[in-house]
Amino acid sequence: MDGKTVTAAKNGCEGCNQEAFDEIGNIIDLYKDKEGSLIQVLHRAQGIYGYLPLELQSYIADGLGLSLSEVSGVVTFYPFFKTKPQGKHTISICMGTACYVRGGKKLVETIRDLLGIEVGETTEDGMFTFVVERCIGACGLAPAVMVDDTVYRQVDEEMLKAIIEKYRKGEVSA
Amino acid sequence: MAEITINGLKATVPDDATILEAAKTVGIHIPTLCNMADVSSFGSCRICVVEVEGAKTLQVSCLTKVRDGMVVKTNTGKVRKARRVLYELLLSDHDQECLTCSRSGSCELQALGETLGVSETRFKGEHDSPPEDVSVAITRDMGKCILCRRCVAACNEIQNTGVLNAQNRGFDTVIAPAMEGKLGDASCVFCGQCTVVCPTGALRETDATKKVWEMLDSGKRTVVQVAPAIRVAIGEEFGMEPGSQVTGKLAAALKALGFDDVFDTNFAADLTIIEEGTEFLGRVKAALTGGEATLPMVTSCSPGWIKFIEHHYPDRLKHISTCKSPHMMMGALVKSFYAEKIGVKPEDMRVVSVMPCTAKKFEINRHEMMNNGVPNVDAVLTTRELGRMIREAGIDFCALPDAEFENPLGMSTGAADIFGVTGGVMEAALRTVFELVTGKELPFDKLHVTPIVGFEQVKEAAITIEDTLPAYAFLKGVTVKVAVTSGTAGATMLMDQLEKGESPYHFIEVMGCPGGCIMGGGQPRSKDPDVKQKRLKGLYTEDEGKVLRKSHENPYITKLYEEYLGEPNGHKAHELLHTHYTPRGMENRLADKEMVRKEVSPA
Repeated sequence: MDGKTVTAAKNGCEGCNQEAFDEIGNIIDLYKDKEGSLIQVLHRAQGIYGYLPLELQSYIADGLGLSLSEVSGVVTFYPFFKTKPQGKHTISICMGTACYVRGGKKLVETIRDLLGIEVGETTEDGMFTFVVERCIGACGLAPAVMVDDTVYRQVDEEMLKAIIEKYRKGEVSA
Repeated sequence: MAEITINGLKATVPDDATILEAAKTVGIHIPTLCNMADVSSFGSCRICVVEVEGAKTLQVSCLTKVRDGMVVKTNTGKVRKARRVLYELLLSDHDQECLTCSRSGSCELQALGETLGVSETRFKGEHDSPPEDVSVAITRDMGKCILCRRCVAACNEIQNTGVLNAQNRGFDTVIAPAMEGKLGDASCVFCGQCTVVCPTGALRETDATKKVWEMLDSGKRTVVQVAPAIRVAIGEEFGMEPGSQVTGKLAAALKALGFDDVFDTNFAADLTIIEEGTEFLGRVKAALTGGEATLPMVTSCSPGWIKFIEHHYPDRLKHISTCKSPHMMMGALVKSFYAEKIGVKPEDMRVVSVMPCTAKKFEINRHEMMNNGVPNVDAVLTTRELGRMIREAGIDFCALPDAEFENPLGMSTGAADIFGVTGGVMEAALRTVFELVTGKELPFDKLHVTPIVGFEQVKEAAITIEDTLPAYAFLKGVTVKVAVTSGTAGATMLMDQLEKGESPYHFIEVMGCPGGCIMGGGQPRSKDPDVKQKRLKGLYTEDEGKVLRKSHENPYITKLYEEYLGEPNGHKAHELLHTHYTPRGMENRLADKEMVRKEVSPA
């Protein structure tokens, strides 16, 4: 709404990473006079902060002169935006038609058993977030699994276990 | 201008008109649901589809602009069938609990089904709506929501409060505060404008009728009071024209319902003028004679406005008059002055306020609104809820003979009547303050301060005081500048001006709802496009019909000070009639979590 509420937002977020907030504040300053920049700001803010908690949404809303409900309306509309902390690595199982019929569904269960989390959740140690995708465009490699930006082809249960182990041991960096 | 043909009729309309608007000019009614005046069209419901020659698909008439030579058909088999299917799809996600819904009979969705001749519901949608969000003032029930977004327009475009917006997507979409929070936790000011525009029962006042029936049945002394704006609106609940003056019937209906004492909030409005006028003169005197005082002073009658400033401008609360709102003053007086008079303990009394307002339901629960541990007011009914109770009691409202409010807390001057309309509190204050200062009557025709009468968003007036009585010599030659606004969007303009240090005013009146209390969130939902004007006229006529039209002329007010209160702004008055406020910040960030006391049970 105005300058003072931005401060209120800052003060209201105990335990938030102040450095990240300041960095995001600079981005807001860049965009605040351009109409329709909310998505860009959210995108970059998530890049810095990792996810978009309500306190951060509120900070962005105040900075851009938007209402919090409008900002959260956009955040909750796009699956890309996350409102909970994400794991160090994101494991995406492709559930497009080709991957599905060639065992993608089975891989989903393997992850469930292995990591003890449901789709969309993050492991307690903050290591892995588990998501499913609707076709990543790698049907020739089915069933395909993506970890962060790396695609693994024709994955079966044993391979999946090995892949996870590799990331857990830190043999592959994020 | 464009000429178009609708159902064979020629319509000539401006180029930027929509098909829907063009059809109206030739008397053709196209059914609508999400469409709403004075806000940008969203076109969510699609019910207003029509056939346009040359177009491949049906067109939404509320969004499609006319083109010269356009040929439109609004009533073909294809159109009728499409509308019915669209309606069925709307219903597929609706809980369809019509028989037990408070909107049954006044529901626009229900009426539309009848208009469209829908006789079946073939589609079963997803029915996993989140549980009802019941705040002290407003209930949000997503099972009944059809996502038309009228409330979103009211909350964002009209009121600029931005509390309600669509959250999530697809089947999971709900209209809610950020991240599906609760209204009570958000910066909702409980103005209730969303409840007025909601076509279904999805947004409504949180019911108090049950609680009030229990009070009436309990045998405890139950006192009722009614706000000024009720008397020109409650008639609409019984099929009368907006603005019908039914003060006498209203008093009679309240007696018939079984209230022990039927008082008038108007009396307390007169009292407010004395208290607020005195406070204003005190502040001006201090400011002009080198003392410390915060100006402009801003009115405090509207609890929606109060909550708005607490959220958005928490550093500016010192501008707000310390006066409680009139019905809270009345409650405080009933449980002190009147309780003593009739020898009943305050804790054994119940005070019910009939208000045009949903925010008043929040206000009575504020911890500031108690004296000696007893709440000033125990329940608030909206105009609509009172209508329901009168019907439930089997009272034939239209046939009631006129009755009067009871004294000593029932008589009021014309100044009190206009408290219910934007500009009215200021005019009432000026009538008294000017006369107090100069000894002369306020120099306006029929006492109406014309620059601040009407529905402009921000109105202002300046009155130069030439001669004063000796006690007010400090005001000699001073031009008093006042501003009036209604609706929180207008309030934002005046407050931003204040923040920038550019506010030229001494006194500002703010009412939280656009048009003032006559258009409050608890008023009957009207389809009459002139409803505002008609209710305004009703109140001004009520005012002009009275012999006494200035608050300080009310003999019962004079007596109240002599017998009980002492001096205006004196010790007793401060204890009972004044209050303080809570800085909340956005989403209650600054507020004490325990700021709202627990609901007091009627027991």
